[in-house]
Amino acid sequence: MGKTIAEKIFQAHLKDEPFKDVSVLKLDRVFCHEITTPMAIQDLMARGKDRVFDPDKIKAVIDHVSPAKDSKTALQGKILREWANRHGIKDFFDIGRNGVCHALFPEKGFVRPGFVIIMGDSHTCTHGAFGAFAAGVGTTDLEVGILKGVCAFKTPQTYKIEIVGELSCGVYAKDIILKVIQEISVNGATNMVIEFTGNIVDQMSMDQRMTLSNMAVEAGATSGICFADMTTVEYLWPFIKNEYKTRQEALAAYSTFKSDDDATYAAQKTIDVSDLEPLTTFGYKPDNVKPVSQMKGTKIDQVYIGSCTNGRLEDLRIAAKVLAGHTISPHVRGIVSPATPKIFSQALEQGIIKTFMDSGFCVTNPTCGACLGMSNGILAQGEVAASTTNRNFIGRMGKGGMVHLMSPATAAASAIKGEISNSSLFCKQEKS
Amino acid sequence: MKKFIGTALFIDRSDINTDEIIPAKYLTEIEKTALKPHLFEDLNLEGVNPGMDFKQTGVIVSRENFGCGSSREHAPWALEVNGIHVVIAQSFARIFRQNMFNGGMLAIELSRDQINTIFKMFGNSDTQISVDIEALEIMIQSNDQTKTIGFQISEFDKALIKTGGWVEYADVCY
Repeated sequence: MGKTIAEKIFQAHLKDEPFKDVSVLKLDRVFCHEITTPMAIQDLMARGKDRVFDPDKIKAVIDHVSPAKDSKTALQGKILREWANRHGIKDFFDIGRNGVCHALFPEKGFVRPGFVIIMGDSHTCTHGAFGAFAAGVGTTDLEVGILKGVCAFKTPQTYKIEIVGELSCGVYAKDIILKVIQEISVNGATNMVIEFTGNIVDQMSMDQRMTLSNMAVEAGATSGICFADMTTVEYLWPFIKNEYKTRQEALAAYSTFKSDDDATYAAQKTIDVSDLEPLTTFGYKPDNVKPVSQMKGTKIDQVYIGSCTNGRLEDLRIAAKVLAGHTISPHVRGIVSPATPKIFSQALEQGIIKTFMDSGFCVTNPTCGACLGMSNGILAQGEVAASTTNRNFIGRMGKGGMVHLMSPATAAASAIKGEISNSSLFCKQEKS
Repeated sequence: MKKFIGTALFIDRSDINTDEIIPAKYLTEIEKTALKPHLFEDLNLEGVNPGMDFKQTGVIVSRENFGCGSSREHAPWALEVNGIHVVIAQSFARIFRQNMFNGGMLAIELSRDQINTIFKMFGNSDTQISVDIEALEIMIQSNDQTKTIGFQISEFDKALIKTGGWVEYADVCY
């Protein structure tokens, strides 16, 4: 009987099966940030076990609150920084070289098809875009990962979601993943791995696949996986060119991590996105989704473009295309946070940052920023944000605030109009 | 092993997310006890008020997909420092559920019918719940009613509860 990609990755990393349906896996990567790691470090120290299983497999970054905003966040940074130094963790990214973890780590070439990755962050599923099994975990799982290089998972079930058809211009990966979540609900894939396939996924860039995989957890999924193909190899080539003679050779090696045709799935769904309009959320759950056209007239106070979902170069380029030649509504505060220093620098070179600034946006340093309301860009009671992030939970961007999730194109267009509206890039005729 | 007993807090809604259990702005704390006064601060629900006293509370009863959203273990910790070691629900988000057992706490899943029955019988009353992990039974008691419900957890979950959590377990085994 055939196997899914998740089953193959589990098999290749199996350390122990202590009980039925429990797999303890060897980890290729343990990613760390300054919010969930310090308490793991402190607990290890308290137990007299301040050790790491392999400093080369651990990568760490300060990203959630950067620069530190107060003494508490300064201390979190200090604990992480000193720990990285103490254990010889070379890949520690401090301010100036730091960025949003799920944009920075792929950009640095730390992710490979077939890898098992954990991080104390629910959006770790993003790295599944590279054909890896990447899962968000709590601090205790992280702590054991750091110490022992293992993590326990239930034997995975897989939900295969095939995205097919022909996408209208102005409709993006963000709209597709909102559609998926709307269809299967916020717990439609709980305890499952989502496998994204179909001609639309095949055509996507890595930036787009990361947007897709990023929000798999909003449907409850453990990871959201896309199979590695030539697009993946091309992205990774600068990092793997010494490992493989040719790109074809790399692709052949990575293709061992692909589901068999006769693999068994817990659920399957095909979504034709040919008629898909740009979407947005309207409530406090990521599956409260409506076409943007039905949200006309919804006034907004703030627009946030950034995050591990949509803070990459392609996202900024699309938003800048919408903004070019326009100024944002005088009652809207526009904030853009390029996700990494490299993205920031490329956006500068390509004039994207200038477009943002000319239109009236505030440009911040790379950070998780307004997304989770714990550093900058916080909403006041009763304020409304149009945001390219991944969660619209009550209080997420500030107590009493409302967040509408959408693509960078829609967010930029909404900034200009001062209310939620479709971008000029959307070419399908709007139904009135 | 922790104690699995106390007054029940009924949270009659699905999809209670970890931002509602403990808002992100408190993730700057590096001591679990600092989370104590902020439990459910952003939960906008009748019967659960910001700053309410959880002194007697030991068990939460809720609906589907409890603990969805962020991976923050601060959510189970915020329960733990308030003396709440058990959540009984129709289903849980994966990371939250694992975090509970990893910390030696119980996340018990019951069927929709069983959860409905508990809400119907006890939802509006002062109710005590205790969990017997050996007998795999939940004892529910109000002034005028009692009910015992059996439940299942995996052998792995049970091992985590008995050793005190995943750090202790992994330390012995790996």
